[in-house]
Amino acid sequence: MKVTVKVNGVSFERDVEPRTLLAYFLREECRLTGTHVGCDTSSCGCCVVVMDGVKAVKSCSMFAVQADGHEILTVEGLAEGGVLHALQQGFWDQHGLQCGFCTPGMLLTSYALLKHNATPTEADIREGLAGNLCRCTGYQNIVKAVQQAAEVLRPTSAPIVVGGATAGGQPVAVSK
Amino acid sequence: MIPAAFEYVRAHTADEALAALQQHGAGARVLAGGQSLIPAMRFRLARPAVLVDINALNDLSHIRIGEKVLTIGAIARDVDIERAPWITERRWSLLHDASRVVADPVVRQMGTVVGSLCHNDPAGDWTTVALAARAEVVVRGTGGNRQIGIDDFLVDSFTTATADGEMALAVEFPVPDDRTAGSYQKVERKVGDYATAAAAVQVSLNADGTIRSAGVALSAAGPCAVRVADAERLLAGQKPTAELIRAASDAAWHRSEPQGDLRGSVEFKKHLAGVLVARGLRQAFSRLGVQA
Repeated sequence: MKVTVKVNGVSFERDVEPRTLLAYFLREECRLTGTHVGCDTSSCGCCVVVMDGVKAVKSCSMFAVQADGHEILTVEGLAEGGVLHALQQGFWDQHGLQCGFCTPGMLLTSYALLKHNATPTEADIREGLAGNLCRCTGYQNIVKAVQQAAEVLRPTSAPIVVGGATAGGQPVAVSK
Repeated sequence: MIPAAFEYVRAHTADEALAALQQHGAGARVLAGGQSLIPAMRFRLARPAVLVDINALNDLSHIRIGEKVLTIGAIARDVDIERAPWITERRWSLLHDASRVVADPVVRQMGTVVGSLCHNDPAGDWTTVALAARAEVVVRGTGGNRQIGIDDFLVDSFTTATADGEMALAVEFPVPDDRTAGSYQKVERKVGDYATAAAAVQVSLNADGTIRSAGVALSAAGPCAVRVADAERLLAGQKPTAELIRAASDAAWHRSEPQGDLRGSVEFKKHLAGVLVARGLRQAFSRLGVQA
């Protein structure tokens, strides 16, 4: 079945079996292996991508045919022009990862979380990330990383914004 | 884990979906949120020959409060309930509580209330809520729409009254009056897990403070969600008291017939059923300003 999925702004037209899961479409057809498959059963959140700019979805529990005509953002699409996204910078600065396997899912879930709620409390962040498992960090530094990114991305905090504001749901490249 | 091959049909209208379901009969399944079905297909616990995708049916994404009923369409997402502007009203507290503990926040972006009812997992959340709130499911087949009360809709584990070639369009919850509150109490091993045990309660009071009606249901306490009719009967007409809550809790313990598994033993789950009904009733009464 023919599908056209826009991934990180690039259109991918492929002929796939209906049973092809979105996670495998991204990894094997688009060759974007930043989207990880952890548990295969929608429990761990490593495979989370953002659909249509705002919606975090588990790509292991969705077929590629369901993404036909939609836009997908993966971890590869977060940085812009070699500048890390504020969330990536937050994870770097706050040591929000150790082995890094869960990190793409953490980043994309946090991305959608901040789209919905630009000023999350610590409890909002912990609740929002409850569907993403990390076996290394104990979560403390992940929460700090998202807090840092929220602070940087907050419109009123007037950081140095590279590449414009949040128009069109595109990632914002921000340097501190 | 790759699902078995299947034929994919993307429906653009409810009639198209029904035509596909009728054409393929027992081999066809509806794909709504897919958050239970797709993992089941990956384990090959489910092997539908045809998947009829209804996610493009935007006219089934509605959540509408009318005078008498709240209607939730077949592809309204769990998150849409969680973020609905009216969900913080006291009368909807049962739905409010449940909407925050179904699966996990990312799964709730895709998962649907109606899909969860149709999946009818013994440890599901919405089935238990629907029992306590006395919901009805709107099902469409060749002969048009029919309404099925939730008690009749939930037939057995993973089995509903929806026949081959039929499709659930929506679920309807009666709009409770102002003197109504509820509570959903769930014990789970971790966020996103199915319930080890859970209880849904909803109570309405008369002007004199007596209980006009009560809904009490349990999850993970039988082949599918179970109504604790004995508790509902003994609550009705009485003033809320600690003794009354204890009696309702005992009724829940008796009614609970769980399976022992890695989440807990039969004894533990039965104990939880009683404890959670008591907690739920205390919270519902407390929300109504009554300490019992």
